[in-house]
Amino acid sequence: MTHHCDEFTRASLMRRAVAEAGKGLPAVEPGMPLPAGTGLDRRTFVSRAAGLALTVYGGSAALPGLLDDGIARAAEAARGKRVLVSVFLPGGADSLSVLAPVGDPRYRRLRPGLALKPGDGPVLHGDGRLHWHPSLAPFAQLHRQGKLSVMPAIGYAHPDQSHFTSRHYWEVGALDVHESTGWLGRLLDVVGDSDNALQGLSLDGSLQPALATARVPVATLASPAEYSFGSHHVWDVVNELMEDAIGDLGALSRSKDPVLAHASRTAAQSHRLKGELARFVGKDGKAKYGSKAEYPENDFSNRLAGLAAMLDAGFPIRAAALSGPGDYDTHADQAGPLADGLKAVADGLAAFQQDLERRGIAGRVLTLVWSEFGRRAEQNASNGTDHGAAGTAFLIGTKARGGTIGEFPGLKRLDRDGNLRATVDFRSVYASLLEQWFDVDAGRVLPDARKLRRVRLVGS
Amino acid sequence: MTIPVYSGPFGTAQAERLLWRAGFGPRQGEDARLARRGLEGAVTSLAYPTQGDRLVGRHPVDGKGHRLSPTDRFGHDHLWWLDRMVRTSRPLVERMTLVWHDWFATSNGMVGSQRLMIRQNLLFRRIGLGSFPGLAMRVTSNPAMLVYLNGLNSSKEAPNENYARELMELFTLGAGNGYSERDVREQARALTGWTADYRNGVGFVRFRYRRERHDDAMKAVFGKAGPWNWKSAVRLCVEHPKHPGFFVRKLWDYFVPVPPDAGTQAGLERLYVSSGREIRPVVASILKHPLLYEGPRMAKPPVVYTAGMLRVLGDRISTEDWVWLNILSGQLLFYPPNVSGWNDSRWLDTSTFRARWHVAGRVLRKHALHPERSRKLDIPADPEKLVNRALEFWGNPPISDETRGVLTRFATKTMAAAVADEGRQRTFPPMALNGLRHLVAASPELQTA
Repeated sequence: MTHHCDEFTRASLMRRAVAEAGKGLPAVEPGMPLPAGTGLDRRTFVSRAAGLALTVYGGSAALPGLLDDGIARAAEAARGKRVLVSVFLPGGADSLSVLAPVGDPRYRRLRPGLALKPGDGPVLHGDGRLHWHPSLAPFAQLHRQGKLSVMPAIGYAHPDQSHFTSRHYWEVGALDVHESTGWLGRLLDVVGDSDNALQGLSLDGSLQPALATARVPVATLASPAEYSFGSHHVWDVVNELMEDAIGDLGALSRSKDPVLAHASRTAAQSHRLKGELARFVGKDGKAKYGSKAEYPENDFSNRLAGLAAMLDAGFPIRAAALSGPGDYDTHADQAGPLADGLKAVADGLAAFQQDLERRGIAGRVLTLVWSEFGRRAEQNASNGTDHGAAGTAFLIGTKARGGTIGEFPGLKRLDRDGNLRATVDFRSVYASLLEQWFDVDAGRVLPDARKLRRVRLVGS
Repeated sequence: MTIPVYSGPFGTAQAERLLWRAGFGPRQGEDARLARRGLEGAVTSLAYPTQGDRLVGRHPVDGKGHRLSPTDRFGHDHLWWLDRMVRTSRPLVERMTLVWHDWFATSNGMVGSQRLMIRQNLLFRRIGLGSFPGLAMRVTSNPAMLVYLNGLNSSKEAPNENYARELMELFTLGAGNGYSERDVREQARALTGWTADYRNGVGFVRFRYRRERHDDAMKAVFGKAGPWNWKSAVRLCVEHPKHPGFFVRKLWDYFVPVPPDAGTQAGLERLYVSSGREIRPVVASILKHPLLYEGPRMAKPPVVYTAGMLRVLGDRISTEDWVWLNILSGQLLFYPPNVSGWNDSRWLDTSTFRARWHVAGRVLRKHALHPERSRKLDIPADPEKLVNRALEFWGNPPISDETRGVLTRFATKTMAAAVADEGRQRTFPPMALNGLRHLVAASPELQTA
């Protein structure tokens, strides 16, 4: 069993409870910065509009009807455009387990109960000091193939050890507790459409704060396979006739009463939508994505499989975000849960990458994997680790440059809290992605972009 | 100038609409009973209830049959309140509680304490038809609100403007309506002084006003100078000349979806002021207004839609499913999306339509007729009769010819598919009736009122 710090557990339970049901912004703890997207707070209303089983956030033109047209137009315009997928590992993943300096005696001294041994996992290609966590073998292979870039010590100066504050910085792309839009949201405000809610797609039920926009709509998508209209004790042909009758409830669409007409149109639209999503649903009612890779059986992988299918089907998605499986706030007995979480992440993303490649769309998708911070170099007395500073991030895709970005700083010179020092700033990575992947001047999205160093992330 | 009063026929259809707007729809036969009282008597019975807060029917339980823990368990707060909507004998009091939850929207996402949220809810229920200044005063010093809009963080040294701004913008005056940014800053100073202790595992406790945290120097609010404190801050707002207009219009919008004409607006403002800023007489006048009966329909908010179905069937709360189903429908009680409350023009879309379909399905599940085991129930095979049975099930709600046509066609096609098939002739009538009940619940008429 994993022991979390209290603040993390309560908020994450709340987040999960709301996310499970498919709707809602993350909860905020008193005294913590507001997650981006809560900034849609007073003036831009969180709205729900017609569309693909979507909850739409913000955007002025997110009106029923208009939205469908907007998505259709955007699908044309977005054909072949580049996509970024953001995968967040919640809780602060332990970078010294993700990539372990197994040969360093300091490491064994700092981690008497947790140190990985040489031979546990593959060696990091190009830096023999570091060994992969055994669960990350699929990442090691992608790295050797040049399809995965490693950032072994990523963070920012004067690191904040609050989950909320640090995650907030990463989500908004600035060290600013007051910023209320996400960095991907601001990108979409620049390159996006005022009536295509699919451009920013949150895949796990609640709006991922990085996608919070100021201007254009973004959406959360319940699984296409869940968009169904059954009824207890209504079977076979009667069920089919009943579903058709739902569409027929559109008979009042032209009623003089505007609200009655709207309710009637909604019934008709819902019936039509179910028809459109039917291509993702098998006869057995389960998801049918035509995946070209074997995904593991879990929610994370199902969402990735659905995302690959939607991209392949031409849905106009520019940025997608979701949380990875596992809880990384490993204050006690971390070895088992950490191994399970990392395995689910790596297996799912490796399948996703293979699926994209076999569908022939891998050239336009990059996936960024990140966590709000790493953990303390020295383990604690409960065979766990406390909040640290620099963490690990990965960029995956056939167009990723590969290799290592930023040096592993070693354990000799930790910061004054005993944490790993960052050798690359996450905002440099954002700025470089904006310019090299989206061809957008980073200054239009990130504050003080001029001062941020650029790193080469996208290969030719 | 007098406020117009509806003078058309007051039958079951009018009573039914009144019960949905001022409550959670009729119990079986309640609309007909209310219609017999006539408009005046019907509105009086709602606005001036003579009996106490009696809850009719069996008390709520969770999915395992255990009592609810509304102050502790996630979602049980939602179930606890939903149960009151289902079983109340004073529907307007309960509906006004929902109005105030939206008007003074406070989210437990920020407050983090079901105990404090329920305490605020009890306040709305207790004084929600009384004096508005009294209500605004109690809300201003209410613990959940003090947490939600940063009243606790606000001291003489660092006044926080959050509550001051919303007090004027959303609660009493309207955006930019008779106040300036300077007034926001001055009101923020007036509102300083509240504090509480944070106890790990419990949350905020010991809410209190401490004079040494309060800024007792002179302030100028709306051009009036004085050593204003939190009580004066509220008083200055509710006595502001722009307040009655804002109050009347905001309250009106909860009950009628089209704006009042100028005469009605002016009449209601005068009524509000002459009654000593009482809520009850203004609500009663709105409930008698012709536009409530002759104007367009309104979408039922998700909790009203849900509670209404359970209410007409006399069903109790006995599952936690209402929590996630109502989240999917867009309304988790105690978690409004922001301080301006829910957006009442956005209840129905393809996503929430699906959720509401499943809400109705969850209500219907325990009533569903088993296709193989319903022989003795004498279910008709005639399509018209099947449609009538489905409408009776829901208490005969008024329904358009078009929708009746849709239902009849479905029943006709279903029975046509059973011709020359003995098995189907036995199983299709109960299945058709199950489907018809569900389609009635999903019809435009039942999504709105």
